[in-house]
Amino acid sequence: MTPAIRIRDLGKTFVLHNQGAAELPVLRGVDLDVHGGECVVLDGPSGAGKSTLLRCIYANYRASRGSIVVHDRGQSVEVTQASARELLAMRFRSMGYVSQFLRAIPRVAAVDIVAEPLVERAAGDIDAVGEARHTAEQMLLRLRIPMRLWSVPPATFSGGEQQRINIARGLIRRKPILLLDEPTASLDAGNRLTVISMINEARQAGAAVVGIFHDQSVRDALATRIVDMTEFAA
Amino acid sequence: MNTAQWRYVPPPEGNDVESIAAEAGPILRASGLAKRYGARVAIEDVAFDLWPGEVLAVVGESGSGKTTLLNCISARLKPDAGQVEFLTRHEGVVDIYGLSEASRRLLARTDWGYVHQNPAEGLRMDVSAGANVGERLMSLGERHYGRIRSQAAQWLARVEMDASRIDESPVAFSGGMRQRLQIARNLVTRPRLVFMDEPTSGLDVSVQARLLDLLRTLTHHLGLACVIVTHDLAVARLLAQRMLVMKDGRVVELGLTDQVLDDPQHPYTQLLVSSVLQP
Repeated sequence: MTPAIRIRDLGKTFVLHNQGAAELPVLRGVDLDVHGGECVVLDGPSGAGKSTLLRCIYANYRASRGSIVVHDRGQSVEVTQASARELLAMRFRSMGYVSQFLRAIPRVAAVDIVAEPLVERAAGDIDAVGEARHTAEQMLLRLRIPMRLWSVPPATFSGGEQQRINIARGLIRRKPILLLDEPTASLDAGNRLTVISMINEARQAGAAVVGIFHDQSVRDALATRIVDMTEFAA
Repeated sequence: MNTAQWRYVPPPEGNDVESIAAEAGPILRASGLAKRYGARVAIEDVAFDLWPGEVLAVVGESGSGKTTLLNCISARLKPDAGQVEFLTRHEGVVDIYGLSEASRRLLARTDWGYVHQNPAEGLRMDVSAGANVGERLMSLGERHYGRIRSQAAQWLARVEMDASRIDESPVAFSGGMRQRLQIARNLVTRPRLVFMDEPTSGLDVSVQARLLDLLRTLTHHLGLACVIVTHDLAVARLLAQRMLVMKDGRVVELGLTDQVLDDPQHPYTQLLVSSVLQP
């Protein structure tokens, strides 16, 4: 079976032109396959390149060398070579990315921020837009966001609340690939359990999950495989 | 491909999002664009594609050629060299500088929009808000007063303006309201491509946020392609899928907005990104 993500000899070096072209090598020789139904946890100390690897897969960072092939329902994309347009299409179709931080959009209510990935796909169909909102509300309920906050823009929410909005937005559309950068970092125990079950549901439904989780209990509950990133340190 | 005539065919009624087959290609294609003022190079060798529904941000410092580029691609300033091709609704790709002056003007006030930094430049300050929005319809031959007025009212509502102000002059409006009125005036003919020159600068931060949210919603819902010149990288991140960085009249970087901002490759882009204060 073709892996959802196939990484070969991936390297990433940052070149800081305004610091005398200083080179900061972060990753080298990364070989990794991730299949649907797997949750691969990236392990290693800060600075080992865990987030860098996730960002390279999402095409937020450009690889310096090597190959990342993303495969979804018969279509393959070479992330390191694809055009901006192909990358946008790949993200839309295949890839979800949840970071620790919510990039708040001014004035947009929490429920609409969560619903947006579904609304985008609805392309103006009124019924689908209503359904998207309904799904978003159910996710907010499940993540224990108080109802009085649903119509409020999340800029003033607590760290944990913002993070739950971010997770809801990242998981509302079932995507075949999920990249998770510490999505549980500032959650209380109850919400952490809820998020764990949401991620496990996505994986059991066939998603390929790659994540960074510092909390040991979260890792134990999610990982089907642990990858030691120090192997790939440049 | 190059027809000197171009006629306006109104968009179909109904669903906002017009589905345009991706195979139809880019809606705008600039290639080899160059413009000099005397010996000074304003832009040199600029090329990019813009796809239907895509928002492209053009960033760079003052004097980098952003506005010259915007003027060249919006048929307001003929470049010394290069081509600007536009995908029309019904007549395929046209070279905009190969069109007759009349066709080019018609295109500019129907299928295109242009939002000025200073709304007073894009509005007629001596007529009412409603007349400002209705003007483009009238120039297309609409003469039915009731229809023009109801369309104007509809567009005022879409840019979150109180319909009771339809008969007021924009002179009495705040900067943010004028800017929203300018947007309504441009969108009433349902253009597919809108050029914007620093549309949010000069506004208070709270007003800016509202306008940004409005622009974001409108570009999404209408499937508008948009070229937006801005010096504000946060605006670019919020609105644009792709970003083009200019320096000394040349394109130094072009890519996904988040990629250019988070992993800039060119020395100038690195400087630009690292110089921004993070609030």
